[in-house]
Amino acid sequence: MIRDITLGQYYPAKSVIHRLDPRVKLVTTMIFIVSLFVAKGIMGYLVATLFLGAVIRMSKVPFGYMTKGLRAIVMLLMITVIFNLFLIDGDFVLWRFGFLRITDKGLKTAVFMAVRLIYLILGSSVMTLTTTPNDLTDGLEKLLGPLKRLHVPVHEIAMMMSIALRFIPILLEETDKIMKAQIARGADFETGNLIQKAKAMVPLLVPLFISAFRRANDLAMAMEARCYHGGNGRTKMKPLHYQRRDRAAYAVVWGYFVLMIAVKWSTSYYAVMWL
Amino acid sequence: MSIKVKNVNYTYAEGTAYEIHALKDINLEIPDGQFIGLIGHTGSGKSTLVQHLNGLVKATSGRIYFNERDIYGENFSMKELRSKVGLVFQYPEHQLFEVDVLSDVCFGPRNLGCSQAEAEKKAREALHMVGLGAEYEKRSPFELSGGQKRRVAIAGVLAMEPQVLILDEPTAGLDPKGRDEILDQIESLQKERGITVVLVSHSMEDVARYVDRIIVMDHGEVRFDGTPKEVFRHYKELEKMGLAAPQMTYLMQGLREKGADVDADATTIEEAADAVEHWLKSK
Repeated sequence: MIRDITLGQYYPAKSVIHRLDPRVKLVTTMIFIVSLFVAKGIMGYLVATLFLGAVIRMSKVPFGYMTKGLRAIVMLLMITVIFNLFLIDGDFVLWRFGFLRITDKGLKTAVFMAVRLIYLILGSSVMTLTTTPNDLTDGLEKLLGPLKRLHVPVHEIAMMMSIALRFIPILLEETDKIMKAQIARGADFETGNLIQKAKAMVPLLVPLFISAFRRANDLAMAMEARCYHGGNGRTKMKPLHYQRRDRAAYAVVWGYFVLMIAVKWSTSYYAVMWL
Repeated sequence: MSIKVKNVNYTYAEGTAYEIHALKDINLEIPDGQFIGLIGHTGSGKSTLVQHLNGLVKATSGRIYFNERDIYGENFSMKELRSKVGLVFQYPEHQLFEVDVLSDVCFGPRNLGCSQAEAEKKAREALHMVGLGAEYEKRSPFELSGGQKRRVAIAGVLAMEPQVLILDEPTAGLDPKGRDEILDQIESLQKERGITVVLVSHSMEDVARYVDRIIVMDHGEVRFDGTPKEVFRHYKELEKMGLAAPQMTYLMQGLREKGADVDADATTIEEAADAVEHWLKSK
């Protein structure tokens, strides 16, 4: 069912990770992503695995729930692995069949690439699953704050993001409802060739667009009625303040990053030694 | 054309933090030609239950029989079920999509395999039933008023000529006049065609005047099932569920408490007037 889509979904639980300041989580996610591209060799990935594993464990989000996000990238993952596996030239050929061959370097790159992609998705899932969309945009607004001096409409961007995120579940529900209503009138969304299927979407898409515009109109009206006039001079009811645990989290994250760089250097150092 | 619901359970988002046990062991029998009111507070599971009746939602456990045939059985055609059990959703006007009223109403019959001429004939009949004349046929459904849009949407289901018609809060958001018109039309339709009608609502007052039987749902369970008079005798329990009995029930019960020997089962103003008159004469 449509309800099962976890894109940008929040998973309520009581954990340290949930309570962290959203800015910490945003920065951590970015550092984690960068660290994945810095990582080199088995040691680097081992450290990243330990770090990610510990964070997932602490977040108290069921692991099965977290891996749901991976389903969306299965195709991308397969294509990446297959290309890397067969197209990279290496020193030793491990397997050969006609023009297809797998080299040691190709195998290594394919595996590391797959792990990197999976970790990328898991890492960002931890953030979206443990942070409510509102917190996330609050954090982003505060982090991007300095850009205001360059006349970047930071508040407006954050507001648009939070509205977009907020509307994902509403529009999904609406889609579900309209789909059911049309199925009840004998519509068929599943069988038929591509053209028939595209045609069958009309009774779904037209009402959906109309409803999206109606909702946007209502929302704009409601915001105007409450005198919304953008970010200038707007204060927050719950401004973000760093707590002790947030500083501790920063220390851990930067520590992790330094460790990753150290691992990278030491492996290249040994590599040079071996040559 | 009976529908039997046996031990049906339904759980939303099973196994996650959002798990909701929406229906708990529901057992019901809906015989032919009855006019039924399905009442419950928001979130009581009434909308979920009616979506089971035409197979839009599959029960987590339990069975549903339509004319003694298991709708989850292997050779059962859901499309046929949906043509026999028409479901009008809440705010059905949000599902309109065609360029004119007539083609929108034709959508259902066309899906069932009717020819264009046949579908148009059925659509005209359905539009006539909901009180929209030929002058509306070529207008865009989006330029009609809210009440008219809703009638077009109801006609869209009626045009499929269902034997069981389920309406989920058909009067939500309408003014009292629009509400009475739609309910009166549904009533005359039920009488003329002899079809079964299930009216989902949270308002006792609305349904008390029309239905033969009331089913009250609360927290995913059927709490009361009987004639309106039988159900309204439990007005105190109904209040605890956040539902209210019709105002006349309160008046009659109040009079009884003051020692007046009136018939407490009166639910409409007319019946109440008769009961009071009867009591005054007998005194």
